[in-house]
Amino acid sequence: MFAYYLQLGLRSLRRNPALTALMVIAIGFGVAASMTTYAVFRAVSGDPIPDKSAQLFKPQIDNWGHQHGRTSDEPPNAMDYTDAMALMRAHKAEKQTVSFPIGPSLIPADSSAMPINVVGFATYADFFSMFEVPFKYGGAWPASDDAQHASTVVINAKLNQRLFGGSNSVGKSINLEGHDYRIAGVTDNWNPQPRFYDVVNGGGFSTPPQIYIPFSRAIDLQMQTFGNNSCNGPGGRGDSFADYLRSDCVWLSYWAQLPTAAAVASYRSYLQAYAADQQRAGRFHWAPNIRLRNVMQWLDYQKVVPPETQVSLLLSLGFLVVCLVNTIGLLLAKFMRRAPEIGIRRALGASRREIYAQFLAEAAMVGVAGGLLGLLLTALGVLGVGLVFESQIARLARVDPALIGLTLLVAIVATVIAALYPTWRASRVQPAWQLKSN
Amino acid sequence: MQISPILSALRHHKAGTALIAMQIALTLAIVCNTLFIIQQRVAHLSRPSGIDEAHLLRIQNQWVGQHGDYAPLLAADLATLRHVPGVVDAYATNSVPLSGGGWSTGLGLKPSQNGPTAMTAIYFADDHTLPTLGVKLVAGRNFRADEISDMPALSKPTPPFVIITRALASKLYPHGDALGKSVYVAPDKPSTIIGVVRRLQAPWTGNFAASFSDNSTLVPFRLITNGTNFVLRVRTGQMGNVMRTAPKALYAANRMRVIPDDDGVMPFSAIRAKAYASDRGMAILMAVICVMLLAITAAGIVGLTSFWVGQRRKQIGVRRALGATRGDILSYFLTENLLIGMGGVLLGIALAIGLNLWMVTRFEMQHLSLWYVLAGAVALLLLGQGAVFAPALRASRVPPVEATRSV
Repeated sequence: MFAYYLQLGLRSLRRNPALTALMVIAIGFGVAASMTTYAVFRAVSGDPIPDKSAQLFKPQIDNWGHQHGRTSDEPPNAMDYTDAMALMRAHKAEKQTVSFPIGPSLIPADSSAMPINVVGFATYADFFSMFEVPFKYGGAWPASDDAQHASTVVINAKLNQRLFGGSNSVGKSINLEGHDYRIAGVTDNWNPQPRFYDVVNGGGFSTPPQIYIPFSRAIDLQMQTFGNNSCNGPGGRGDSFADYLRSDCVWLSYWAQLPTAAAVASYRSYLQAYAADQQRAGRFHWAPNIRLRNVMQWLDYQKVVPPETQVSLLLSLGFLVVCLVNTIGLLLAKFMRRAPEIGIRRALGASRREIYAQFLAEAAMVGVAGGLLGLLLTALGVLGVGLVFESQIARLARVDPALIGLTLLVAIVATVIAALYPTWRASRVQPAWQLKSN
Repeated sequence: MQISPILSALRHHKAGTALIAMQIALTLAIVCNTLFIIQQRVAHLSRPSGIDEAHLLRIQNQWVGQHGDYAPLLAADLATLRHVPGVVDAYATNSVPLSGGGWSTGLGLKPSQNGPTAMTAIYFADDHTLPTLGVKLVAGRNFRADEISDMPALSKPTPPFVIITRALASKLYPHGDALGKSVYVAPDKPSTIIGVVRRLQAPWTGNFAASFSDNSTLVPFRLITNGTNFVLRVRTGQMGNVMRTAPKALYAANRMRVIPDDDGVMPFSAIRAKAYASDRGMAILMAVICVMLLAITAAGIVGLTSFWVGQRRKQIGVRRALGATRGDILSYFLTENLLIGMGGVLLGIALAIGLNLWMVTRFEMQHLSLWYVLAGAVALLLLGQGAVFAPALRASRVPPVEATRSV
């Protein structure tokens, strides 16, 4: 029976090609507009590390208070050296790391080649296991390298390709700013987006890091952060690197891995106690003010999803609604025009339910056609996103099976919803009245 | 034209009427807000930076392998750059307008003031800065060469004197008498304002600096660190040449440096395009959505009116037979659409304002100007009239003889 309804629907749609085309186009465009912006939205608001985002926490400690005219009650979004080192020494989490972006120059072994600039992080060995960094060769440096301030380095596959032609370079050396570093590992492609572990620098969407070196070694070499540095006090950075490390300037990103709710609670009370200690010691002149956010809470707090993406998603949904209202009107026109036909079918014994099924089948066909057109337009739209949005964001938006399925589903469901009222009207047609007027 | 027969006819098509009105209302609400967002973006991205962008080029440079004293390297590189053919002038600085990264600080009027009087961007400058950027002094004087001193990367800036923008001057001294007065860049030592420039934008274009985007302070320092930005003023028509020859000249003078491949050498036109890429993208996306929405709405009106015309051929025939002219039929459908349109527009105005108020609270947007709503309303009424014209014309061509035919 359903196949017969589809056949009837096809014949009816062919009878008014203009009206049918209009409906298909309306649905196609509506679906494509909302799906294209959804693809962008999904790319920028997704969970960058789904299996661990609930275990990775970002502690914040208020080391500024309301001094020097500061009014915010939120602690700074990065940490100063004093607090970061105190937390590292306390070692209260299962795993912990503190890092800052670096941008040293790499001096090639071949003295005729030009130096190149590389970007990456000074961090601790736990970084790699906490953030699930995959390795192609070797692995993270051992924790003893952190303690011994070793000159060891992890490089990414792309840099390894450029320097060593992609061969296993573990144990070889590279020269950064005139110092030799032994390669401990080569990471495979790794660039979770948004870049949750360092959203403060570069807004959360950046190119992949090329090198990682031990934090303790970077501090020995007085490396400056390649990212943001904020100072609240009048002293600023101070006059020397030692002053800088003692200052209240914040520039470090701290992460702790806390696998259970109990671990989170005990870490929170540790932070509270730490801040209270600082207050008692006279370093903080205010009550403990700490935060402990997991990955998704942190991304949300840092407003990583650009507001314009949210606004455009919203407007595209509005666009889809207008297209649906449009489709309701057109379907109503189309179905009511066939009142005589419905009257005859009803008089010949078709039940209201059967009329309902017939017209919904017809509407679903419009939905399928609209979905296919919408799919085509979505593909074009996602291509067009590259022209419109920043390339770092546009690169993330792509058509995959999930998006294809969702596009078709939205088109069909939306059309069937739009058809509910016109179909109901069609099923209410009075057979006697239709037969009489003819 | 009699309105009451139209209204009574519409009463028989409640659903269709309501749907057209609703579509017009939603379209109006979305289009008004979209146009408003476009206008805000365009206003944002066309804000002047105050510098002569067409003639300016930035080179990012990092010296490698030499530790300690960068002052002679800086002086040598500047001398090299100023001798490149096509270069008018050059200076070195920490940051430039539109670059997105730089140094901000609070300024006070009293020593160790609690809370700043104004926020400002800090630009490191020398006697070549104003002529290179093409920034005009409105009061006071430029720095002299002998007034520029070296500042290592980590020290506190305590400039003896500064040049500030007019926007900042009027924030600090609202009576327009900033020249010669003091301002505290460092908390304990005052700096004398020796010059006021017309306009110089801060490096940031995002929300971070929205409240102080035109507040800039030039300090008479050379930043002595391993990385610097060279800003070059280039003769008209020489930009392409200088972009090739200037880095070559730098490498020829001293090979131990890095000039990044992708954005190391950038004319200000490219820096501007990069700074406002997302604003421009948003405006284009919104404009596309707007146009498609209007097209879909117009198509919907054409579709539904065509259906009504087809349905009423007999009535139209009767009216024509009873003496109605073609003009009467045409104006009947136009008036009908106008009535529906006005209903939709009234609802749409309420929706547009409601949507805007919600977005104001949710996305910190600004309040919609009523002119947008009114302009949008008129535009949609005209769109409706345009869309209905073709079906109405077809209706007016229905011959009176239709009255005698059975359906």
